Amino acid sequence: MFAANIKQVAALMQNGQLSAKDLCELCIKRMKRIKELNVFITEMPDLALNSACAADRRIKNGSGDILEGIPIAFKDNFSTAGIRTSCASRMLKGYVPPYNATVVEKLISRGSVLMGKTNMDEFAMGCGSVDGAFGPVRNPWKYRFEATRRDRPGAAQSSPSAARIADRGRQFHSASPSQCLDVEADDSAEWFIAGGSSGGSAVSVASGAVLAALGSDTGGSTRNPASYCGVVGLKPTYGLLSRHGLIPLVNSMDVPGILTRSVDDAVVILNALAGHDPKDSTTVFEPFKPCALPDVASIKGLKIGIPQEYHAPGLSSDMKDSWQHVADIVENAGATVKRVSLPHTALSIVCYHVLCACEVASNMARYDGLEYGHRAKDESSTESLYAASRHEAFNNVVRGRILAGNYFLLKQNYDRYYVQAQRVRRLISQDFWNTFRSGIDILLTPTVLGDAPSYRWFSKADNRTRTQEQDVFTQPANMAGIPAISLPVALSSNGLPLGLQLLGQPFKEQQLLTAAKAIEQLVNFRALDFDKLLYCD
Amino acid sequence: MVVRLFMRQFQHNLIRQLKRYSKRAALKGERLESQWETVIGLEIHAQISAKSKLFSGSGTTFASPINSMVSFFDASLPGTLPAGYQITQQRCPLAKDGHVEYLAPDEVHRKLVLKRARLTQLQLEQDSGKSLHDVEMSHSLIDLNRAGIGLMEIITEPEFCSAVEAASFVRELQLILQVIGVCDGKMEEGSLRVDASVSVRRPSEPLGIRSEIKNLNSIRHLMRSIEFETLRQISILESGGQVLNETRAYDVETGETVSMRDKERLHDYRFMAEPNLPPLRLYTNDTVPNGVPSDQIINVDELRAMLPELPNAKRERLKKQYGLSVEHSNVFVNEPTLLECFEKIVANQNLQNVKIASNICINEVLAAVNKKNIAFSASNLSAESVGELVELVQDEVISLLTLRKILEVLLQDSSKLPKQVIEERGWHQVSNETALENICCQVIAANPKVVDDYRDGKTKVFNYLIGEVQKKLSGQSNVKAVVRIMKQKLDT
Repeated sequence: MFAANIKQVAALMQNGQLSAKDLCELCIKRMKRIKELNVFITEMPDLALNSACAADRRIKNGSGDILEGIPIAFKDNFSTAGIRTSCASRMLKGYVPPYNATVVEKLISRGSVLMGKTNMDEFAMGCGSVDGAFGPVRNPWKYRFEATRRDRPGAAQSSPSAARIADRGRQFHSASPSQCLDVEADDSAEWFIAGGSSGGSAVSVASGAVLAALGSDTGGSTRNPASYCGVVGLKPTYGLLSRHGLIPLVNSMDVPGILTRSVDDAVVILNALAGHDPKDSTTVFEPFKPCALPDVASIKGLKIGIPQEYHAPGLSSDMKDSWQHVADIVENAGATVKRVSLPHTALSIVCYHVLCACEVASNMARYDGLEYGHRAKDESSTESLYAASRHEAFNNVVRGRILAGNYFLLKQNYDRYYVQAQRVRRLISQDFWNTFRSGIDILLTPTVLGDAPSYRWFSKADNRTRTQEQDVFTQPANMAGIPAISLPVALSSNGLPLGLQLLGQPFKEQQLLTAAKAIEQLVNFRALDFDKLLYCD
Repeated sequence: MVVRLFMRQFQHNLIRQLKRYSKRAALKGERLESQWETVIGLEIHAQISAKSKLFSGSGTTFASPINSMVSFFDASLPGTLPAGYQITQQRCPLAKDGHVEYLAPDEVHRKLVLKRARLTQLQLEQDSGKSLHDVEMSHSLIDLNRAGIGLMEIITEPEFCSAVEAASFVRELQLILQVIGVCDGKMEEGSLRVDASVSVRRPSEPLGIRSEIKNLNSIRHLMRSIEFETLRQISILESGGQVLNETRAYDVETGETVSMRDKERLHDYRFMAEPNLPPLRLYTNDTVPNGVPSDQIINVDELRAMLPELPNAKRERLKKQYGLSVEHSNVFVNEPTLLECFEKIVANQNLQNVKIASNICINEVLAAVNKKNIAFSASNLSAESVGELVELVQDEVISLLTLRKILEVLLQDSSKLPKQVIEERGWHQVSNETALENICCQVIAANPKVVDDYRDGKTKVFNYLIGEVQKKLSGQSNVKAVVRIMKQKLDT
């Protein structure tokens, strides 16, 4: 079951070999087993079973929708009516939206079964899924589950269990890096980060708790964890999917991201979600033509560009080799591979930091503790209430970005930082336009520098430093609004997945996904064998 | 009319204030009035007459229960776009460098003259919510009914040189917005709010330091606050002080402006572009792109062609078409329902003299409803009954005195028509020659001394005799006829 794709699972349900309820129960079981990975902020097993049974009834009554009964998860920054949506922040710990995000509504109305809301970095500000109020997400790859550890000689029986740590995280224990480190000092197991900020969604798919999950992608937040967790991560063209109900990080760069185990599955979800939404004025009016991929995808005749600037410092040799390897096999498969230059790539990350901070400063203004969200006790004046609520409820990453953004937007700094960053952003976009205009169809790059870093290593530096390292290859696509996909291509020498990224032309998802599927078929990546991992046989 | 009324108040107030400040100046042997010029710029926030807010479907009804006009969007729930901050068109306003022509009373002759105010820009903006901190209870209260309501922000060049001028402009702008139907102009409900920046300088000197008076919600407050502020600044400068560049509020109770120092000074709003809203593009006939559905195109030329007759054009037309004075045409433009009534009467009746109709409408009817403190539109006076009054006066069936009495009755009971009232109360004008002759003879006989005076050349007493006749006929006599008969009797 966990190796099948959505189309196959849907077919099984349609011909009665599998009920949505059974599938849902399997997923709930899986969800329970991976509890110590801290994937979900809110799990909804009962609600899920109810909707699964409803899906079964509809299938019986003749509904042939491919999404009927398909278990899905949403990152906890998508508004879900009646279900807490926390953004992994104390600010929204008690916030229950009264409405569904458009993408949530679209999937639910098609019969998909919502299993839970996934863990993330607070307000999606991060690239490791370690900076949220519910504690870090753990990468399932090479993870030693408690059950397997206990059986092994030498494992300390008395060490605090990761599951309990995860539980404590859920009760809003501070997740500041130093405290997490303290906790980890006792933990004998070394584990790897899931990437972020949509780490929970990536792991929910990689571990088989759901068949598809939605993340968000502002600077790579869907593609980065997809690469680290060995799943497919699609960032569609800006304007193709509605952002209504997605709690914003950077309005001009945010897109809902799709995490699945295969390119075909990503297509199913994309087709269900794309299209104009009157509630998001930035979605395009042009009707969306659903993507349809052939069973055997071909890459023949495509012109694939290899941007030289992506040979960046810190690129692991494993990643470099995979990149080279895939470039070779696509060339052998009939594509033209050409070296290209995107000269302003190096400026992207600095530019992003300015623009992101500016938007954060303004987007976070709404959290004043009055209408909803955390409200402090200090009511001596309206201003002190605002200040206390915000100070208590935002972590230092969020506060830092708000402060920086307000600094950049000051009258005397506006032109030097904000306007300048907008100009640089245009140059970065133009790099892509120029390349595509020169006849290149698709760009092939690494998604990240290497395989998933260990938590121990990752937490040695602060959020800002890590974002600067981690988002370097993914971030330019958000600047330009172009579609991009990360797909797993190989395992590193350490046995962890490596993802490569394809960058396409705006609204040419069909072409991008066809190429991605062709590469997927050429590299034949073996997904995580979860049962083996869980039971360690 | 309105402007004149305020003009009187202005001067009354000015004198009072000047007296106060002049005392100090007088000690130094100076005269203030002629040595300073006031410079005023206005920023007007006009609420767009729309059923819904700018970016949400919430209603905009005035005085709705607190927080009853609030959508998820208005409360800026996470994920509703674009919400959570105020949106304005600061950098790319809808229009720039415009102007409005308006009538203002000439300060010396009190005649209405046409003036031109230059508009710096016109832009869309969202209104904000209200917050209130209760110090005693130590909690903050908030009302989001107004949050997100669409506003037009209209900014003028700092070129008005008196409170009257500024007020006349605001009145004209209010009229224009009402005529176009984009704003109800109700200042008392906050649909139209004015901020005035005021500075003073000695003639031919550069602009002085200005202060800004916020949120003026009536033309009277606008005028009084400017007058006060002018004198306050003059008195500061006269005593060697410096005017602060600050935001001030107008205190209705004391008639003074007070500093809002803590609240608004040196506010850096930290503007940034709003990526959630695609650009709003305006086209003209020449620039309309092909192949774009017409409902997605805003064509300024098309909109301009749809504009109704604007106040200035209307005044010009009234002057030309009916030969009305500037003052009368201005009154009509300010009283659209009365104008409608006037135009109906003129169209229906073969009037020898349009002036009778306009005089009755303005000097009698409008004066009567104003006295009762109601609007003409609320008086229930129909064009039919006013028309009948005009006819009756023109045909000398009734006198103006009788007309006023009839109006009194009609304002109580609008179901009746003037002729009916005359019938019921026997208010016919006495035009019967012999009856009038008899009365005249009686009056002459009863006032021999006065008659002698008259015949000795004291012609002034003539009016007294006419008055006596009127008294006897309870004002219902045909004055013209009485005058003629009386003259005849006395001169023979």
